[in-house]
Amino acid sequence: MLELLADNDILAAIAALLGMAVAFGAVLGFAGQYFKVEGDPVVEQIDALLPQTQCGQCGYPGCKPYAEAISQGDELNKCPPGGETTIAALADLLGREAKPLDGEAQDVPRVAYIREEECIGCTKCIQACPVDAILGAAKHMHTVIIDECTGCDLCVEPCPVDCIDMLPRSDEPEDRHWPRPPGPGRRPLQHIDAGLIASDRQSVREDDRAFLHG
Amino acid sequence: MADFDFPGGIHPPGRKALSAGAPLAQAPLPRQVILPMTQHLGLAAEPLVIPGQRVRTGEVIARAQGMISAPVHASITGIVSAIEERPVPHPSAAVGETRALCIVIDADYADEGFGELEQKDEGFGELERKDEGFGELEQKDDWLRMPPLDWRASDDDTLIERLHESGVVGLGGAGFPTAVKARVRQRHEIDTLILNAAECEPYITADDLALRHYSADILEGARLFARLTGAKRVVIGIEDNKPEAIEALNQALRHESSAEDVPFELKILPTRYPSGGEKQLVQLLTGREVPSRGLPAEVGVLCHNPGTLLAALRSVRDGEPLISRIVTLTGEALERPGNVEARLGTPLHELLRLAGLQAERLSRLIQGGPMMGFTLESDAVPLIKTSNCLIAATAEELPPVPREQPCIRCGACEAACPASLLPQQLYWFAKGGEHAKAELFNLFDCIECGACAYVCPSHIPLVQYYRASKGEIRAREQEARKAERARHRFEFRQARLAREEAEKQARRQARRQRPQAPPSTDDSVPAAHARPAPASDVDRSAQVRKLKIAQAAARAAVKKAEKNLARTSEAGQSDAAELDDLETQLATARENLQATEARLAALQGHDQDQARNSGKSEETPSS
Repeated sequence: MLELLADNDILAAIAALLGMAVAFGAVLGFAGQYFKVEGDPVVEQIDALLPQTQCGQCGYPGCKPYAEAISQGDELNKCPPGGETTIAALADLLGREAKPLDGEAQDVPRVAYIREEECIGCTKCIQACPVDAILGAAKHMHTVIIDECTGCDLCVEPCPVDCIDMLPRSDEPEDRHWPRPPGPGRRPLQHIDAGLIASDRQSVREDDRAFLHG
Repeated sequence: MADFDFPGGIHPPGRKALSAGAPLAQAPLPRQVILPMTQHLGLAAEPLVIPGQRVRTGEVIARAQGMISAPVHASITGIVSAIEERPVPHPSAAVGETRALCIVIDADYADEGFGELEQKDEGFGELERKDEGFGELEQKDDWLRMPPLDWRASDDDTLIERLHESGVVGLGGAGFPTAVKARVRQRHEIDTLILNAAECEPYITADDLALRHYSADILEGARLFARLTGAKRVVIGIEDNKPEAIEALNQALRHESSAEDVPFELKILPTRYPSGGEKQLVQLLTGREVPSRGLPAEVGVLCHNPGTLLAALRSVRDGEPLISRIVTLTGEALERPGNVEARLGTPLHELLRLAGLQAERLSRLIQGGPMMGFTLESDAVPLIKTSNCLIAATAEELPPVPREQPCIRCGACEAACPASLLPQQLYWFAKGGEHAKAELFNLFDCIECGACAYVCPSHIPLVQYYRASKGEIRAREQEARKAERARHRFEFRQARLAREEAEKQARRQARRQRPQAPPSTDDSVPAAHARPAPASDVDRSAQVRKLKIAQAAARAAVKKAEKNLARTSEAGQSDAAELDDLETQLATARENLQATEARLAALQGHDQDQARNSGKSEETPSS
């Protein structure tokens, strides 16, 4: 057999290639089984870009199902809480075209507030809350954990006494940030920072010049 | 002179002579103090008092919350009159008036004609004599001190605990809790303690005066910190425009350096802005460069401001919490500029009146220095732990900001940048909202010193652009974190619902089987199950296998989550929210595990039952 191969180059080449094909095939097949990725990584990536309000305004019961639907070809523009930025990020990720938002975008982030004296303790809102942000027990007053509330609106509908308001999220000084200056040709907002002492600057310029030339 | 150098820097006029001439004075006790809960970096303190309660000077009125926080102490003796939102000095005042929760204390002596604003020139100097010269007032200023400690004889934990209880924070301007900084040893090895007395920003002389008056105490504070951090030497960096402070330091060093084990080194630096920037000073004094987005502790250095060391020593040696600070009152609109030691919470207009404010000449009131400070909209805000300087500027002194002109790409900003960044590139990125690129060009290494904006011939407010950009990036990151947290909570809820469902099914199955179980002793009812599952033997074994895999995966997930949580809580750096989030993840993993276990148990119980029912000849499908 070996002699036959040694004599016949073509056969040897075919045998070598065949052998390699079998070996690599086995390796690949094994790797495919062994390193199998659970779940769809694209879905995870899409899910990471969605705002996770779990509001269901897209028509799916939560952000993850919508992410799955997007990966199967659903439109990108069904997420009002995410707004245009989310659409742009999704379009960027998936290489699809960004479409204008389907529905009204939220202008300010909101959170739910329960008017506590009106609450009858029916627990309906607790069952509706997708992130367990409402605290309370049957026949006892409920309240919203503001830090955990995503502002999804889902608790407003089930309330039989309409005691839930969606109010703008109160802004902490730490959350605020400075606006961008208005740009060339205009004065920057004067009260933003103490800025520079123009008269001083003039004199320093002169000093520097004197220093440079003398 | 310094052996090393940092790049860039500028030479703005110092204007320090304005306030450095007058001796350090004690401000009279205010009639009312307003103490904000956020005078420091980190979480706000939590009030411990109620309106109407009487408090003594030095009593804790709000406790620290979380890892990075500091308590607040009553700075006068009196009655808590309100706990409410009040305007406070905050850099974000630019975006609108900033309000924060404050505790307001009305002094006991308010109706006795005290608080008349006479300038006191006695009572400063020796710490022990601090409250002297106030006559009758002394009895009213009823102190509640902690027991004094001898730091040489106390252990580290006691000292750090004391620093924490005293509410000492960095008094240079950032307000980082000192006790947290004192714990640096747990994470980094420190060989050099730097006493940052450079005070490079124009106008400010608070550290200068503190050094002149309390040099011995400050050096003692430095020794205390050298011990706490394990530093082998103390380097004092001071600019050459403070000859009197240098002299005072030299004297204090000569006086008692003989017996000390920690060597002190006094390095006099040429005046240049911003040599007092933490990273710049480290580079100037030790030649070590702090890594990008890193801390000086990573190169074995810790920096402290003289005022902080003084406050730390007072809290340990005298048991006095941080209730006063030295503040520079300066600017051409003041008749008597100078430095005063004032109680925290004193309304700024009282301090300004003390310094002889000419209201008609005042055009802008600035807290902090002219380079990095911010304009205050009103003088009704209180003095807080981080207020080192108040500038009451006239219109001539601080004329209106000129119009911004287009960038001519001259590159002057690049030459001035002390952090070796490319300010011009950052400007374009910030302007265009290209945050990713700005971060790539190390936007977060910008110390916002304003040197680039100072030299810009087009008057571009560069720092404002950077701050806006940083703010937008931070806001976005925060939203992302919040979304991540919401996702974990949502998953946890889903897992819990799944578990509850599985358990309910298991119970239902158990109920259904119970009436059948007693009669079937050995072989009575042959497969009497009316369940539509005849072809499910293979199915079920596959299901069982699948569930077992799921169970193993869930167990692994629980282990991983446990490990993650343990690691993060051990590191001790993470905030409460992050730990919470990890706990939610762990709980989710546990719920998942329980759900799969319940399902498995239900299935197996059913199988055993069936096996029992269908006689011994058949093999159990689950094995």
